[in-house]
Amino acid sequence: MSTKEKKIRVLIAKPGLDSHDRGAKVVARALRDAGMEVIYTGLRQTPEQIAETALQEDVDVIGLSILSGAHTTLFPKIMQLLKKKGLDDVLVFAGGIIPQEDIPTLKKIGIREVFGPGTPTTMLVDFVKKTVPKPA
Amino acid sequence: MRGEKRAIAQTISIIENNETRAQEIVSLLYPKTGRAHIIGITGPAGVGKSTLVEKLATEIRKQKKTVGIVAVDPTSPFSGGAFLGDRVRMQDLSLDEGVYIRSMATRNSLGGLARATKDAAHVLDAAGKDTIIVETVGAGQSEVEVIKVAQTVVVVLAPGLGDDIQAIKAGQMEIGDIFVVNKADRENADKAVSDIRTMLEMDTEEKGWKPPVLKITALIGEGINKLLENIEKHRVYLKTGVSLLQRRANAEVELIEALKQKITDSIIREMRQKGEWIEVTEQIMARKTDPYTAADNMLKQRLKTSGKA
Repeated sequence: MSTKEKKIRVLIAKPGLDSHDRGAKVVARALRDAGMEVIYTGLRQTPEQIAETALQEDVDVIGLSILSGAHTTLFPKIMQLLKKKGLDDVLVFAGGIIPQEDIPTLKKIGIREVFGPGTPTTMLVDFVKKTVPKPA
Repeated sequence: MRGEKRAIAQTISIIENNETRAQEIVSLLYPKTGRAHIIGITGPAGVGKSTLVEKLATEIRKQKKTVGIVAVDPTSPFSGGAFLGDRVRMQDLSLDEGVYIRSMATRNSLGGLARATKDAAHVLDAAGKDTIIVETVGAGQSEVEVIKVAQTVVVVLAPGLGDDIQAIKAGQMEIGDIFVVNKADRENADKAVSDIRTMLEMDTEEKGWKPPVLKITALIGEGINKLLENIEKHRVYLKTGVSLLQRRANAEVELIEALKQKITDSIIREMRQKGEWIEVTEQIMARKTDPYTAADNMLKQRLKTSGKA
């Protein structure tokens, strides 16, 4: 209507080769139900595809879901590409099967939070709402 | 702005969020628009619109033309959120430098598009995209807003959706410049084609353009070149045929839409500022007044205040 209509735009992406996206869909659904606009791109996305989609869709948040174990290879690549495209202000979080010992490394490259299996979706929603860069 | 993807992305967001600068930007871009051919793809949910859009864009790219896509999906009336999934079918386009894809939620606009869809198409037009494809939400019978945005409207159907009675109904079936029966490898595709043809033949009005009905299997790319040929024919027809009258009608529609929005916005803003908005809403809730009388009063009040100014 007459007022400003800023919505939080989120890209839920599945990098790598695993073909199981139930978790990604649950997260997408929870964020949708929290009033966000969630863009889902499907399985087996390359880092280039993810960064390019984030650029074109002008998202505020990216959620990466990975189960294949390739996170230490793929996530740094994604973060580099985002930076290259000038998207360093986008909030990035991750979920899936990620060993505890890898989390500090991922946080160091700019992934703000890592959520494992069993995380209540309410926690995730709160995290995104609190951490998302404030709209200008 | 040519080629600057970040700029395109942010400009569309500003317009979509109805930020203060939105109108200024649209005004600046407007003189640079009108060059691209805008194709609307509409039809019920699940008939294969997104798949068709991907194949169509791929075919257009073979001609070295650039493509902009605006794909609309519905906003939840309950949470205000949306799940935008059209890109799932468009993965092969995502790294093509000549293609820009934007997913858009309706944000509760009716009619199959978002309020900002048309202006997003304008942005892509001004940015130099040769062809723009606008994909509507899965449309029911009355979602026909796409005719206000697109020059060529493709209505996509699939076999088994309904019989000749469905085909004769008003709305969607009246807006197609081209009809596609997708998933044509399925049973009853010919029946669907003949139902649509019969409906079209009943149209007695003399028109220069007779909508073709095409059988397509988008998933394997079959019939896509035929579709593109027909789109091109329609584009040429628009240029040589009715165009002046049609273009005037289109400009009129654009003006009416802008006017409606301005009037509504300004009245709502004023009522909210005065704190009367909630009061009137509550009166309607309590059945003390009806929405039409309330709207009449608001309009009268607004005219009075603007008369004084």
